[in-house]
Amino acid sequence: MRSVNTYIGRPIERVEDRRFLRGRGQYIDDIKRDGQWHATIVRSTTAFGRIVKLDTTAAMAMPGVHAIVTAADIEKPIPTIPFRRKNPTIAPYAQPVIASEYVRYVGEPVAVVLAESAELAEDAVGEVTVEIEPLAPCVDAQTSAAGTHLLFPGTGGNIASTFTAQCGDASAAFAKAPYVRRERFRVQRHTALPMETRGLLAEWHANENRLTVSGAAKLPFFNRRAMAGMMGLPETSVDYIELDVGGGFGARGEFYPEDFLVAFAARKFEHPIKWIEDRREHFTAIGHAREMDAEIEIACLKDGTVLAMRGTMHVDIGAYVRPNGMTPVRNVIQFTAAPYRIANLDFTAHGVVTNKTPAGTYRGPGRFEGCFFCERMFDIAARELGVDHLEMRRRNLLTDKDMPYALVGIAPEDGFGDSECDSGDYRVTLDHCLKEFGWEEKKALAGTLRDGRYHGIGVGCFIEGGASGPREGARLEVLPDGKVDVYVGSSAIGQGIETIMAQIAADALEIPMDDVRILHGSTTYLKEGFGSYGSRATVMGGSAIILAVEDMLKAFRNLAAARFSVPLEEVSLSEGVARARDGRSLTLAEAAAVGKLTGEGSFSSDKRTYTYGTAAAHVAVDPKTGSVQVLDYVVVDDVGRTINPLTLHGQVVGAAVQGFGSVFSENLLYDANGQLLVGSLADYQIPLATDYPHIRAITLEQFPAPHNPLGAKGAGEGGIIPVGGAVTNAIASALSSLNVQPTELPLTPPRLWELIEKARAAATAQD
Amino acid sequence: MKLPPFDYQAPATLGEAVQILSDGAGAAKAIAGGQSLIPILAFRLANPSVLVDLGGIAGLNDITISEAGISIGAMVRWRELEDHTSLRSACPLIPAAVGHIAHYQIRNRGTIGGSLAHADPAAEMPGIAAACDARIEIVGRTGTRKVGAQDFFLGPLTTCLAHDELITAIHFPPWPSARRWAFEEFSQRRGDFAFAGIALYYDERPDGIIENAHVGVIGATHIPRRLGAVEDTLNGRKFVDTVLALAAKTASSSVEPDDDIHASAAYRRALVGTLVERSLIAAANRGRAS
Amino acid sequence: MKVRFEVNGSSVEADVAPRTTLCDCLRHHLGLTGTHAGCEHGVCGACTVIVNGEAVRSCLLLAVQASGASIVTVEGLADGDKLSPLQQAFQKHHALQCGFCTSGMLTTLHALLSDEPMADEDRIRDVLSGNLCRCTGYIPIVEAALEAREHYAKKQGPKAG
Repeated sequence: MRSVNTYIGRPIERVEDRRFLRGRGQYIDDIKRDGQWHATIVRSTTAFGRIVKLDTTAAMAMPGVHAIVTAADIEKPIPTIPFRRKNPTIAPYAQPVIASEYVRYVGEPVAVVLAESAELAEDAVGEVTVEIEPLAPCVDAQTSAAGTHLLFPGTGGNIASTFTAQCGDASAAFAKAPYVRRERFRVQRHTALPMETRGLLAEWHANENRLTVSGAAKLPFFNRRAMAGMMGLPETSVDYIELDVGGGFGARGEFYPEDFLVAFAARKFEHPIKWIEDRREHFTAIGHAREMDAEIEIACLKDGTVLAMRGTMHVDIGAYVRPNGMTPVRNVIQFTAAPYRIANLDFTAHGVVTNKTPAGTYRGPGRFEGCFFCERMFDIAARELGVDHLEMRRRNLLTDKDMPYALVGIAPEDGFGDSECDSGDYRVTLDHCLKEFGWEEKKALAGTLRDGRYHGIGVGCFIEGGASGPREGARLEVLPDGKVDVYVGSSAIGQGIETIMAQIAADALEIPMDDVRILHGSTTYLKEGFGSYGSRATVMGGSAIILAVEDMLKAFRNLAAARFSVPLEEVSLSEGVARARDGRSLTLAEAAAVGKLTGEGSFSSDKRTYTYGTAAAHVAVDPKTGSVQVLDYVVVDDVGRTINPLTLHGQVVGAAVQGFGSVFSENLLYDANGQLLVGSLADYQIPLATDYPHIRAITLEQFPAPHNPLGAKGAGEGGIIPVGGAVTNAIASALSSLNVQPTELPLTPPRLWELIEKARAAATAQD
Repeated sequence: MKLPPFDYQAPATLGEAVQILSDGAGAAKAIAGGQSLIPILAFRLANPSVLVDLGGIAGLNDITISEAGISIGAMVRWRELEDHTSLRSACPLIPAAVGHIAHYQIRNRGTIGGSLAHADPAAEMPGIAAACDARIEIVGRTGTRKVGAQDFFLGPLTTCLAHDELITAIHFPPWPSARRWAFEEFSQRRGDFAFAGIALYYDERPDGIIENAHVGVIGATHIPRRLGAVEDTLNGRKFVDTVLALAAKTASSSVEPDDDIHASAAYRRALVGTLVERSLIAAANRGRAS
Repeated sequence: MKVRFEVNGSSVEADVAPRTTLCDCLRHHLGLTGTHAGCEHGVCGACTVIVNGEAVRSCLLLAVQASGASIVTVEGLADGDKLSPLQQAFQKHHALQCGFCTSGMLTTLHALLSDEPMADEDRIRDVLSGNLCRCTGYIPIVEAALEAREHYAKKQGPKAG
């Protein structure tokens, strides 16, 4: 492996850019097949009820309509979508691929119209008659948890699963602590909102009994396995093809009902079936995320040392448990106090079903929420204790002496296994961040009113979990011209893996990067792969590539030794050339020309990586409008080792801006009838180019990751995690004279204004 | 979100357009810039049988500035209003407001006539038209008529236009060069519909007394209109703190905003007061060395 | 209905229903899939194309309305195989990740900078507020636009400034 003049560590411009810049990307709606039909989904407009009538006669008579699929066409029992992780109680809450007896959320698929074009399919949707006998919907997790109205008859209640995280003896610690404080927090329902909506194109090859599904993302191999099971096919008869993907952020790529429905229709009618989600539909059909209520308690010594934390979260997971629906639930309790050394923890999180669109993961799932709860709790405690809140961080943050530091274990066991923070000194990124931010200089502004606005500064410390296991696969083939095709199981979702993996492969092979081509994601490329989630692609895919290269170079060396008729130890390898001591040489191209030269690698790891860092924010709050301007935002993280600083920086900044959207403007609001009140991009408000221009992201490489050959830590999600905590702490700092303590997101201008008015009224009442 | 099916006509004259609309008996709809209409069709909130494209009709694109005032053809696009150099002095309130309308690409296509006919109470131009006592020129089967802004808007998304009628021009009164004016709106993000907005102007006598105050509100009422009660707190008075405070307070109680998913009525009321205050300060400071 | 217009310098013809948007006409009738449909209700800007020199949302324009127009899409920005200075600046500054909003960003900026080569950062951000991006956080897009101005200023010659 190359050790000088490496590609790794250089800000190399992305190889995938050319086609996107030229408008030659191939996203799912850009491809078509002869004879294809278009699918449009008929969705429930009632949040909870029993289907009493489903009449497709009028719709079938509409121009261009070929067929309509309902539950009646699908062999019972209606397949349910498999879970990605084991859990003892969630089985009854699995999502059926189509509603048959009950509908449980507005947007649930009820029928599929198949027509000659998307226009004609949509015209017919309005003609499908669906009569639903409504039942009283439940739209609040805590009410639902009380369980008087069961969403699923026959279950014991509406809590699909309860996770606990316990270590030490929190009760004892709370009993003797000189300071304890309880607070309630809430994060709103929102969603990843990639710029490309979802889409799939399913083809059934009858003569081969083979199904091809294009439009895969994130985890094509799991989805293939799931699809094969649900369609009654061997896994090897199903291909999931990954094209270009317009963003994922955790939401796109999981197995959804539509995956099955288009495949089912393709096989039943023997026509390629194309389905493109429209944006309005997207809001009720894509995975929602993040909605949870938390009651958190902290126990401290007078000097701010945290003795214990405990709490209960109710996570509103929507109507069904999605394949990864429990990930945020178990994550929030593992990560609420995660960058800190707290020996006594006792958290409980309930995953509660409600009559809303099912929820799953969104970048930093459970971690964004947990960091918000913890960082606010720390600042509230510090203020009341009269302790400097930075000192409180320093006192409690994990240092290199604590490493490896076991994170609190989660019950029930779900296959994630135990986890420990791998390496680092979390105080270093704190100090570095404060310095970059200019904390000392900005301190004087905190809480002051200038030109009608209150200024405030705040911090948030975080860790992000990366390199999710269990393994990843790669293989490579040397072509007769000496170029190398590298196949890897990681999925591209915009993060630049064609470039990053090429950097790694080229360094491992010691050949120019231009001679390496990365092929990714599709199940046709590898026997086994896993995908891109939990910030794993660089570490898992990259490490698998290194192993595949090692495997091939071993074979190459053996070949050379045989060719030169010398012992193996006399063959040296460098820059893609094998040499004998007497100067004879053999290039990769020459070797590949005479016979197949390939390598395979599978990198396994049950040890996750933990990128960590600190963010600091400076805000100015207009108390009359509730408007907040982020005047400066600095985040410093340590990723162990940077493969490509250009793309890494892009990940952190992009994630930070998403975080601002979570804090200030995004909200999937439901009314009491379970109707989603947001159905367009005019109402679902994500950050614009005018909103957050002042972001600085700095990456350190002081503590390499100890458990992978790259020494790198996954870093795709860290950018979003501290935004909630850091920014709301800054707002609290700004409004400290008014005693406004934000505990709920989002802080839209009207909501912040209401908090300010409430605080003013309370202050007046006291006078 | 494909559009529902419709026929399409692109008449060359106003007369032809009116005829098609009249024959359609409410099922025909005029399309100007399409920036409001096409999203409505995409959401299938309307189902016209024929769209009548006004883009090919001559005579609807002129901007005329004279002693009689400012006349703007209904098909004038926002971009043209933004770029029009004389308009900046002839009626500065208009270009100031237009910069807040939606976004760059939309302003290349959206028209002033289309916006007024659409009559979204959260939109800027209906509020400007009301504030300035604009007169809206209309043509229909029975001929032409002019309607004052105060009579043109009947409710949210509702105007006095009959199904066969089209706006042809909007007429603004002449604007004295010494006029004090301001436009202030507050929205979550650039280009969003504002939570509320204020467009105001007044003339100042040599002794500093305010007269002819016009205060128009955007987004906090069902019908864009002038806030007469606020104007009464200003007319005949000098610009001092107490007048400012009273004007702001009166404004808050003069509007009847709704609660919606973005903001409460209480918030919008308070915001209207704040915007009136800020507008008056901006108007008073305009052109003065501070 | 038959429509005829010029796209990226070539004369093209299509037979479309009145309800076909210019976006769908370009993508599905003319095979120019570089223009993307991100929302179909005029908010996201991914569908932006240049019509008679002006950036417009192609999802809010009927194909029949564009008859006779001169249209530039993202496919028309490069000079053969050579990326334009704006496109090169995007690559240099890592102004794209998933690439889905990129076409609209490029056409919008090309229209803006062709008209206003000295647009400052505030103006660039103001214009880009009509184009949603979920990946980059906009900062590198603005940096790329600022760098590309030099080329547009040179192109405009004595008119610039």
